[in-house]
Formats: sequence, C-alpha cells, structure tokens
Amino acid sequence: MKKTIITVVGKDTVGIIAKVCTYLADNGVNILDISQTIVQGFFNMMMVVDTNQSSKEFKALCEDLDKLGEKIGVTIKCQKEEIFDMMHRL
Amino acid sequence: MINLREVTETNNMIARENLDVRTITMGISLLDCIDSDLDKLNKNIYEKIYNSASDLVKTGDEIAREFGIPVVNKRVSVTPIALIGGSACKTKEDFASIAMTLDKVAKEIGVNFIGGYSALVSKHMTKADKLLIDSIPMALAKTERVCSSVNVGSTKTGINMDAVKLLGEIVKEAAEYTKENDSLGCAKLVVLCNAPDDNPFMAGAFLGVTEGDKVINVGVSGPGVVKTALEKVRGENFEVLCETIKKTAFKVTRVGQLVAKEASKMLDVPFGIVDLSLAPTPAIGDSVADILCEMGLEYAGAPGTTAALALLNDQVKKGGVMASSYVGGLSGAFIPVSEDQGMIDAVCANALTLEKLEAMTCVCSVGLDMIAIPGKTKATTISGIIADEMAIGMVNQKTTAVRIIPVIGKDVGDTVEFGGLLGHAPVMAVNEFSCDAFINRGGRIPAPIHSFKN
Repeated sequence: MKKTIITVVGKDTVGIIAKVCTYLADNGVNILDISQTIVQGFFNMMMVVDTNQSSKEFKALCEDLDKLGEKIGVTIKCQKEEIFDMMHRL
Repeated sequence: MINLREVTETNNMIARENLDVRTITMGISLLDCIDSDLDKLNKNIYEKIYNSASDLVKTGDEIAREFGIPVVNKRVSVTPIALIGGSACKTKEDFASIAMTLDKVAKEIGVNFIGGYSALVSKHMTKADKLLIDSIPMALAKTERVCSSVNVGSTKTGINMDAVKLLGEIVKEAAEYTKENDSLGCAKLVVLCNAPDDNPFMAGAFLGVTEGDKVINVGVSGPGVVKTALEKVRGENFEVLCETIKKTAFKVTRVGQLVAKEASKMLDVPFGIVDLSLAPTPAIGDSVADILCEMGLEYAGAPGTTAALALLNDQVKKGGVMASSYVGGLSGAFIPVSEDQGMIDAVCANALTLEKLEAMTCVCSVGLDMIAIPGKTKATTISGIIADEMAIGMVNQKTTAVRIIPVIGKDVGDTVEFGGLLGHAPVMAVNEFSCDAFINRGGRIPAPIHSFKN
C-alpha cells in the first residue's frame, strides 16, 4: 500500500487538527499515524494517511487541502511517502 | 516509519534551500528520421519528437505535485543534427530549417529548451559537420529554444584545431547576429571536449549515437542544501566538512533517482542516468560560490578556491554515486558566472578573473560557462580560450566546455542582462595579447600519450 504524508505547518490556533481530520474523514482518507509538535508558537504536524479508499483523486485532494490551509492560515502539503523514504532510508 | 524530523528536513530543503529537480530531459534518437528530401526530413523530425514527448511536460508537473518537489525544466535532447541532416541539407539555410522545426516542436510540446543542434568533430569535419557549424549563428538567431553544441576534442582523438579556429569565428558571428539582445545567441552555444552522450543539462545536451531510441535522463541540483548543511559545521576540520557534503549529496541525488524512475515508468521510456550536479541559478541561496565562501573563502576566486572546488566536486560524486543506480552526464559542481549570484559578486569585487576560472575548470564538472567578455575580443583570442579549455579536458580525461559571450557593443565594466535562468553578468577582462599565429596553424593536436591504454 502506498502511503501519503500530509504536513501542516503554521501559527498555532484552535481547531487545526479538527478541521484537517474532518476534511479527510469526509473524503474517505484513512489516518494511520499522527505526530505533532509546537515550536515557538509554530504548529508542526505530520500525518501518515492512506488515500486508496478515497473518492477523490490525489490531485483534487492536494488542491482541496491547499485551499483549506489558506482558510485556516496554515500551509498544508500532501506528498507521496516515497520521497521521504528515498531520502532518509537505505 | 518516517518521522516528523525527517519530513521537516526534506520539506525545508525544498521550501527554503531551493532543492529541486533541475531537469527531466528526454533523449530522442532522430536516426530513423533521415531522408534525402528536406521537407520529408523536417516532417519526420517534427512527428518523432511530438509523438515521443507530447506528455513530457504534463508528466513532469504531475511528478512535482505527487512528491511536492519542483521539477523546474522539462527538456528534449536529440541526435546531433549534423548526422541527421547530412543527406538532405545542401546549404546553411537548409540546416537552419531543421533548427526552426526543432524550435516549433519545442514550443508545441512546451519544453523550454531542445538540445542537439550539434556536430561531433573531435578529429575531422565532414561536409555536413562544416555546414552545420556555419549555420549555427543563423539558426540561433532565428530560434528561441534551440541549443547548439560542438565537440571539438577528446582524450582519445586529440583536439581538432581547425574546428577550434572555426568556432572562434562562429561565436563572434553568433554574437553579431543577436547583438540587439546582448548577444544572447552565444548563451545557447557550447564548445565541448569529451562531451558525454547522456548529458541532460543545456546548452550541451544531445543524444549520443551510443544511446537507444528514447531515454529519460534527470539532473538534480541543490547548492542551497549543501550550503545550509555546511553552516552547521563551521570551524570543523576537513573530514567533517567532506562527510557533510557527501551525506547531503546522497540525499539530493536520491530525489533525482526517484523522479527519474517515476518519469521513466509514467512515460514508458527507459531510465538512463541521473546527473548528480550542483547547478546554481541566479536565485539568492542557489549558488555554488556561496558554498565555497561557507567553506571559509571571502569570495570565490580567493586563494584556496581551486582546492575548495576540488573537494566539493569530489564529495558530491562520492555521495551521489551510491544514491543512484546509474550516474552520468556531467555530474559535479557547475561554475557558470551569470547564473550564480555569488560568482557575479566575486567578479564585481575583482576577486575572480578569467584565468582563475580556467584553473577552477580543471577540478569542476565542466568548464568556462556563461562568461561575458568584451564584444571587441578577436575571434582568434576566443579560439585561444577554447583551445586552452579543450587541452585541460583532453589531458585530464574530463569533460570541459566553453560557453562564452562576446557582447557586441559592451566592454569591461558594463553589465549584461540575459534574463531568466541565464541571469546577468559583468563583462570580464580578457588577456589581449595575440595568439593569431598559433591558431592559424591549422590541423590537429594529437591525443596525449596516456590515451593509449590498449
């Protein structure tokens, strides 16, 4: 199964995780893992998700998440996991 | 599983340190397009390229989106046109019509450069080679996206000094043809020694005759990533310095390998090589000169520069080689002047001269690149500069190149604006003592003794 990494970076506010998770649930994206930190008021989250059951295409998911990020004032990136695997794992 | 720190590291490289895939270049063989009828030949070339690469740009963009990494350029390289047009082209204009076909199809499929308006004349020239070389100034002036290269020497064959003499004149003529645009034509013309068959980078890209019908070659780049990594080891010894470059080059090249494999799969074209290069752009923080400064030099060009560049070039290769199943092309550190803000600053500060750049080309990946010189420079002087650079390549068994721009109407102290990726450059001083009698001898310089390895 090919996984996707979603990263959310920006100024911390109430409800960032809730809003992102709600969008993912509504679109059939399964969350496998979440890790999150706050460094100097900056919210930094990474999710490992499975988009295989999603009704939406990868491109549409990326664009929607982009817009959602703009709305809540954070940057949301959606990337296939391989780029991180290639760079950090032998 | 991948953790947050690793994900953040990768994304910072992309967002802040200009990590990108510099180019996905599709090599397309035009050998099966050859025809003695010029119209038929042009039609064949157009169709072959269009049918092979019409999805290239779309695929590059799709990969960029999937992995969240910019794929800056999508390009095409073709079989040297001197080999393709030999039977159909009787005049310079005939050859230039092929350049116009290449330009047209490049625009149609949306690639920003197409390379291969080339001749391989490292020993002698055929009639077609000579005709193509003569047509280069016209072809570059009439087209926008076509890049031209001529291989005039190799370790195995020596240096074709007739071609070197001719190319000095051609460079001047190309400058004259495009004098309204700061002699931009010369920015798309490179003279090579030991040219590789699988180079994805322009302006020297062409698909060699040793290659297959189609191939995907990828060039990665990340001077900013190396510079940032070195900021963290300031004051440490050379062992730490080298290890840091090596590890960073490994990570950068892995991205190239991933993108190359993915592009190859999506386009159903075999994967050729990854060119593991540090290729700068005029963008701030995307400079090879800045890496040299981070190592401890006040400016690129200061004493120690050649040693710094030598170790950088070597560590990039050592780190990159293990990251990819096939490496090739030019692999190493590029040192263009106009495309690197740190180099431009060094020239403006009088820290970097043409002679120091020549010394640096002994240990970098290519050669004298994107250097603006006074428009009044004599053709024989340009030939002399080319001959010196070719000799470095021939004797050191490495690729060297000259992409030099005698800017018509400008002199030392003026600045030239090429725009976009080609950047801007201060006009550099050239040694004006004559080499006329040397260049005018004609003939060939024989291959060096260490080329006889049989």
